[in-house]
Amino acid sequence: MSEEQKNMEAERSLSLEAQFEARIARDEKIEPKDWMPEKYRKTHIRQMSQHAHSEIVGMLPEGNWITRAPSLRRKVALLAKVQDEAGHGLYLYSACETLGITRDELYEQLHTGKAKYSSIFNYPTVTWADMGAIGWLVDGAAIINQVPLCNTSYGPYARAMIRVCKEESFHQRQGFEIMIKLAGGSPEQKEMAQDALNRWWWPSLMMLGPTDAESVHTEQSMKWKLKRKSNDDLRQQFIDQTVPQAELIGLTIPDADLKWNEERGSYDFGDINWDEFWQVVKGHGPCNKERMNARVGAWEGGEWVRDAAMAYAEKKESRKNKKVV
Amino acid sequence: MTKKNWPLWEVFVRSKNGLEHRHFGSLHAADEEMALENARDVYTRRSEGVSIWVVESKNITASNPENNGELFEPAQDKVYRHPTFYDLPDEVKHM
Ligand SMILES: [Fe+2]
Ligand SMILES: [Fe+2]
Repeated sequence: MSEEQKNMEAERSLSLEAQFEARIARDEKIEPKDWMPEKYRKTHIRQMSQHAHSEIVGMLPEGNWITRAPSLRRKVALLAKVQDEAGHGLYLYSACETLGITRDELYEQLHTGKAKYSSIFNYPTVTWADMGAIGWLVDGAAIINQVPLCNTSYGPYARAMIRVCKEESFHQRQGFEIMIKLAGGSPEQKEMAQDALNRWWWPSLMMLGPTDAESVHTEQSMKWKLKRKSNDDLRQQFIDQTVPQAELIGLTIPDADLKWNEERGSYDFGDINWDEFWQVVKGHGPCNKERMNARVGAWEGGEWVRDAAMAYAEKKESRKNKKVV
Repeated sequence: MTKKNWPLWEVFVRSKNGLEHRHFGSLHAADEEMALENARDVYTRRSEGVSIWVVESKNITASNPENNGELFEPAQDKVYRHPTFYDLPDEVKHM
């Protein structure tokens, strides 16, 4: 390319980019075949795949309790919830594939640890009350994160999020119902519920992401509507809505510094242990290895089934073609 | 032998009789039967549909947004295709 051509090329993409940003600012949606800056494509692949991976890995801690649910009512609800999470993963993977990456590449990134998933799923689920705490707190925090994404700029992502959000509210309710029942039960049951709250509270706050001061990409993400509120604002919203729910069922939030601030109209809360958060993100959480082993094991164990289905489909197709001839 | 992955399918769902099929999303499946079954599980877990179409994505031909100008702009200056283009006396009712 000559110098002149290069300049023309650069100018062209500059004006394309300006037009592109203007479209988003006007609240227009971007669709898969539209021109987009490479950075937009990459950022979306990263965020959407991370989101999809979280849904898929998120099935593991809860799947652990399906066979041990205390009643049929609880069992069908948990089973349906976990199946929904599989669905959420699938909506998001296919939306992500519209950006020109294959499902295999996405799985590869997850399995090799190149892609991240939400660090909350690296905590263990040790009692039945954890099913209550996860639905109530983890899905509750997820909803706060996800609702603004229904208006994000990338069409396929926004449409997937609308479906996801419609399904999430049952998840949170079934979890809270478990907590209500346990908190109102025997002293042992109440203690179990309190213990689950103690263990899931802080990781749920961390799930809303690092503090604004440490959060990269925020400004660009705001422009592209991948983010509409800062992590700290979302966290405050989560705390303000959850504290009264805990009070209602007689459980105590495990934070000695938690206090209503009349002036701000919000709760003040204690320091979050960000060292723990970064340790878990880096792979040193209690269950990182276990989760990845389960995930990779399921993928590899299912390989012969995928191959057999493909071979069968091809055989059927070739039989059909023979008949035609 | 190179590995063959399950192809991609586009899923269209009619949410109730009287409405058209609408694009719901996509999924991977080995063949059309499996695509239908998976579509049922992935996209209609809450009675979202009464009929499903699946079509392998590679069989869809799509227009290119770069050609939107020549494809769609000519319609913009043909205002005479709309009823509001025509002047009628105020006395005329129901037309
Ligand atoms: Fe989900
Ligand atoms: Fe959920």
